[in-house]
Amino acid sequence: MSLLVATPGQTAGPFFGFALPYDGDSDLVRPDHPHAVRLHGTVLDGHGSPVPDALLEIWQADADGNISREPGSLRRDGDTFTGWGRAATDDAGHFSFTTVEPGPADDGSAPFFAMTILARGVLNRLFTRIYVPGTAGLATDALLTSVPEDRRGTLIARRDRDGLVFDVILQGERETVFLRYPGT
Amino acid sequence: MTDAAIHETVDASSDAAFASQQDILTEMDAVSQDYSERSAEFEDETMPRLDYPPYRASILRHPTKDLHHADPETIELFAPVFGHHEVAELESDLTVQHHGEPIGERIVITGRVTDGDGRPVRRQLVEIWQANAAGRYVHKRDQHPAPIDQNFTGLGRALTDHHGNYRFTTIKPGPYPWNNHHNAWRPAHVHFSLFGREFTQRMVTQMYFPGDPLFALDPIYQSIVDPKARERLVASYDHSVTEHEWCTGYRWDIVLTGSQRTVREEEVAP
Repeated sequence: MSLLVATPGQTAGPFFGFALPYDGDSDLVRPDHPHAVRLHGTVLDGHGSPVPDALLEIWQADADGNISREPGSLRRDGDTFTGWGRAATDDAGHFSFTTVEPGPADDGSAPFFAMTILARGVLNRLFTRIYVPGTAGLATDALLTSVPEDRRGTLIARRDRDGLVFDVILQGERETVFLRYPGT
Repeated sequence: MTDAAIHETVDASSDAAFASQQDILTEMDAVSQDYSERSAEFEDETMPRLDYPPYRASILRHPTKDLHHADPETIELFAPVFGHHEVAELESDLTVQHHGEPIGERIVITGRVTDGDGRPVRRQLVEIWQANAAGRYVHKRDQHPAPIDQNFTGLGRALTDHHGNYRFTTIKPGPYPWNNHHNAWRPAHVHFSLFGREFTQRMVTQMYFPGDPLFALDPIYQSIVDPKARERLVASYDHSVTEHEWCTGYRWDIVLTGSQRTVREEEVAP
């Protein structure tokens, strides 16, 4: 139990586009990095319409499963892996990161990207996880196995030619599983 | 057709954007009354409702299923690291980013960022963005016919210090109209983006100014249905922050809760 009460969140509104995105925000690695993959997808609302004013952030381990403690996400030098990136959706609701697939943690648990979702109309930031298909530990992962089987798939990316595809569905039949952490 | 008749026609087509302020107030009152009647049964709500129909844009964008409990693991127990080489000192002063002085009321906003146990969030990134003194954003989608100020962008960045303190110099933003309903106006606010000590503490919110007459009318502010909770977004005027013949001062402290794993010794050391 916290001693202090949390400050409430509020929507990012429609006008963050001049403020939060920056050059290189979505490039966690250079496109010519030997293990570079594209992590991309579409954000959709309850009518299945694209959400053109969303901002997504990912935070992840490197390809060996190490968690970066290096600064430099805002001014990338092209070599340092900081593990954090940000991507705004375009007019078609599409977003794209250039990164590497996270490697397994020390305990062998299934690797995932931690994701934050901000958008006009979303009154408080949403959290989710993006698991990598075909990796060890998926079948026994504590979070995945706690999610009803018919919704589990919403947390696992699928593969395409360039890398990984993950759609964020804010509402409806195929709604993404969003997370609540203790104390929030 | 008279103006009034045009309005009636539009209202009759029942596009949500043309609800009246009174319609929105009635909807907000109903939620608020329900909350106060049932408040004894539940813990106080501290966050906004994700599903808050008076804020029309939330109708198709809120999850309909309960948020799923997750015990934070691995990467979620850490936060990204930002450094002084990537956040210039001058980025915390929004009044010096152009050749001239921006128009408006120069203010300082300062405060402390802590976790739920009161531990400082040190050397962490705080980003702010806001409208200018006339209530206009530089964003291309902002069509409000108020002047753009060539000397004001409305974007700031800072790192908290060793004690979790942040400080911005800026211009007091104006209120502005938006299309949630007919004659809808947002109270003046500054957007804040915050990182905590762990990923789970990531927070984006808005800071408001004391005594704003638009609070009661605004569905974004009122989406935090607990009155004590929403007041946590209102800064206080602080005369000790105000500077002689220079600017007025506001104080706003921020608490980022969530997870709070046991702190390792090396992180406590200075």
